[in-house]
Amino acid sequence: MPEDIKAHITGVVFQIPTKPGDRVAAGDAVIVLESMKMEIPVEAPRAGAVREIKVQEGQTVQEGDVVAVLE
Amino acid sequence: MRTVAVYSEADREAFHVREADEAVAIGGAPARESYLNSDRILEAARQARADAIHPGYGFLSENWRFAKAVQDAGIVFIGPKPDAIRRMGDKIEARRLMAAARVPILPGSLTPVANAAEARRAADEVGFPIILKAAVGGGGIGMARVGQEAELQSAFTTAARRAQGAFGSGELYVERYLERPRHVEVQVFGDDSGEVVHLHERECSIQRRHQKLVEESPAPNLPAASKAALTSAAVAGARAIGYTNAGTMEFLVDESGRFYFLEMNTRLQVEHPITEEATGLDLVVAQLRVGSGEPLPWRQSEIVQSRAAVECRVYAEDPTKGFLPSPGTVSKLALPSGRGIRIESGIEAGSTVSVHYDPLLLKLVTHAATRAQAVQRMADALDACVIEGVRTTVPFLRRVITSDEFRQGRVHTQMVEQGAFNA
Repeated sequence: MPEDIKAHITGVVFQIPTKPGDRVAAGDAVIVLESMKMEIPVEAPRAGAVREIKVQEGQTVQEGDVVAVLE
Repeated sequence: MRTVAVYSEADREAFHVREADEAVAIGGAPARESYLNSDRILEAARQARADAIHPGYGFLSENWRFAKAVQDAGIVFIGPKPDAIRRMGDKIEARRLMAAARVPILPGSLTPVANAAEARRAADEVGFPIILKAAVGGGGIGMARVGQEAELQSAFTTAARRAQGAFGSGELYVERYLERPRHVEVQVFGDDSGEVVHLHERECSIQRRHQKLVEESPAPNLPAASKAALTSAAVAGARAIGYTNAGTMEFLVDESGRFYFLEMNTRLQVEHPITEEATGLDLVVAQLRVGSGEPLPWRQSEIVQSRAAVECRVYAEDPTKGFLPSPGTVSKLALPSGRGIRIESGIEAGSTVSVHYDPLLLKLVTHAATRAQAVQRMADALDACVIEGVRTTVPFLRRVITSDEFRQGRVHTQMVEQGAFNA
């Protein structure tokens, strides 16, 4: 069952440490947002493979936006 | 005096832009395109025919290259000499300079540690726990507490990577880690003749992520002998480097009352209003005068802490979620006013709180004849604060100010992270 990973805060995509196909554990940073001079990881809610990254570095995302999809 | 503000695209509608006599746009919302762009700021200064630049307390305020570029452009930099900024910005050199001036420093390395093995050798000398710090750091970035040897390798790698990313240098050094220290700092001020005075101390132990939330002056429960030793060490340290203009010597004070130099902030501090309210002196006016080559406006004997003052920093952060940023639009704003209340605010109703900059919204400062009165005034002022549209630290600050620990002045720098003020 694919699962959307949503940004829990508004921010700018700072880093994307994963790519489609990568396996992640629960709690791993799938993307890293920067907001108000802080780096905030958006973590995988469970273990799985990254199916899709929906954002690019430098892009602004709103709280609740889907940033990636887990397989 | 006429003022010229600079602003980024994100701040076109900002309060400070309208408050200034003139305002110049300097670039895009990301700070590196505007507020961190020296060339743009110098261009704006030339265009406005500015005589001087006050760098404030963020962005380029502790960047010696910027200070030098300002000077080289024939404009007065309101702050210390570029060389003093450079020397104190290198945290290892600052430790060496302070040790030479007989200012107590934390046991640790006086040269960078190149790898985890070197860090281990330094740690063996001072004993665990230690703290790894970035040599050209600040704001708690690239800092890591290491409780025992087994954690050292991974802590070193992470800290070096973060320091490299944030400051362009992964250089680290080792210091002994103090348990439950207080953060007490001393405001110093020097002029071109070599004279240096202090404007007493500030207690700033209530912090999260190594950044301050609540400050007060005088520091409670600081024995007179400790205070005298701290202030004279601060003045000696500033004299040793020929420091001019406003600066702050930061110290950690351990449970036995011993103190150690932490770092120097070579600029005006965010929390300078409490010193102004406690002493009745205007630091910014003095900065402008001394920056223009005038002597210090006060003698040491004239600088007296005659009142107690407290500052609370109101951030757009959610204290219930580990102080996560909370950008957005301020939909409603009502702030307290009256006797003994001073507010320094960058927002008004309708303001956008952008993701691009620091989450500090405003500073709430209260003062009174006694500490108990100033603290009570702060509790009342926080109750009267209404900020809607973004989550703020106000509810958390209320719990701090009304806690027994704070009321009794029994505070240390790890309290917030240990959950002492959680609901």
